[in-house]
Amino acid sequence: MKAENPPRVWPQDIYNAFKRLGIVQVAYVPDAGHTQLILDCHADLNMKAVSLTTEQEGVAMLAGAWLGGERGALLMQSSGAGNCINMLSLAQECRFPMLMLVTMRGDWGEFNPWQIAMGQATGKVLEHAGCVVQRVDRADEVGEVVFAAGQMAFSTNRPIAVLIGQRVVGFKDWSK
Amino acid sequence: MTMAAASTGTLDRREVVKTLLAQREDALVVTGLGSSCYDAGVYDHPNTFYLWGAMGGAAMIGLGLALAQPKRRVLVITGDGEMLMGVGSFATIGAQKPDNLAIVVLDNELYAETGMQPTHTARGVDLAGMAKAAGFAVAETVRTEEAIDSAVRTLYRTRGPAFFDIKVNSKRYPLSIRLRDGAHIKNRFRENLLGQQAFD
Repeated sequence: MKAENPPRVWPQDIYNAFKRLGIVQVAYVPDAGHTQLILDCHADLNMKAVSLTTEQEGVAMLAGAWLGGERGALLMQSSGAGNCINMLSLAQECRFPMLMLVTMRGDWGEFNPWQIAMGQATGKVLEHAGCVVQRVDRADEVGEVVFAAGQMAFSTNRPIAVLIGQRVVGFKDWSK
Repeated sequence: MTMAAASTGTLDRREVVKTLLAQREDALVVTGLGSSCYDAGVYDHPNTFYLWGAMGGAAMIGLGLALAQPKRRVLVITGDGEMLMGVGSFATIGAQKPDNLAIVVLDNELYAETGMQPTHTARGVDLAGMAKAAGFAVAETVRTEEAIDSAVRTLYRTRGPAFFDIKVNSKRYPLSIRLRDGAHIKNRFRENLLGQQAFD
């Protein structure tokens, strides 16, 4: 490993967007890119951060949250997007709003070949499952894109996935 | 490996659901797909959210709803096949410990919708044991009428999460419910629960 990536502010920008959107339930399968955001959501007494065994649990949980009048968000790595596909039929058939933030692997500068298959398929697969897919590749735009996606999800009752590019998340320098 | 022709259970699923729902009061109910949806549909109520798909999701919909409505009792009624597909949710719910959530599995040990193939519960997998090991406050297998009455009292009142695996026989009933448009089922549930706030 070479030098660490510089400190990032975009996780805080996502947290601030969540607060503006009134997000209460935050379901996640951990990703290194969401480390700080997960800590912040757990520390917030007005949020309910729930660790999942698989991403599809989060799709179902957010449907339950919305039935009960609470807004939620689902955090995952791109490798988890495929796990959600049939469960996303809930969002399409019932018009559940769903805000999904997907930190990308297999996307830019990836060193692990096993991440390429799902990373390259993530956007297409989510689109085919009925999600509106948006993408952000600049760190200073993450907060704005997440807020806009959340407003659209909760105002129009649709699942929206924001793919946060690996260029934003940072990658491991695998050179010797 | 034996191909089980019938469940080891003797209870009638519709009688069990009748008893369950007769005492629901203001409880919020989520069903799994297939037979448990049709069973609950006999006693339709706007506070019931029915699944016609999304297999494996019922327990987690229950968790999201229980977290959002901590003052209401949330009851998930599903089948053994549906629960097995979402069996990881035992761990998620066990870690979260929502005290207002109860899950009932109507366990006929069969995939009744797809040709009566045996599920893992026909081969000895113990769902209540799994729920207990995941940290549910209450987790029991129920086989008799007397135990049903006690289980129903417990599941609406006890500090949860509670789990009951109710062994039912393999009898199939006709489809009881026409209501299947997902958006309608969701909107009806939300409007009844949240009033005007449902449209914010």
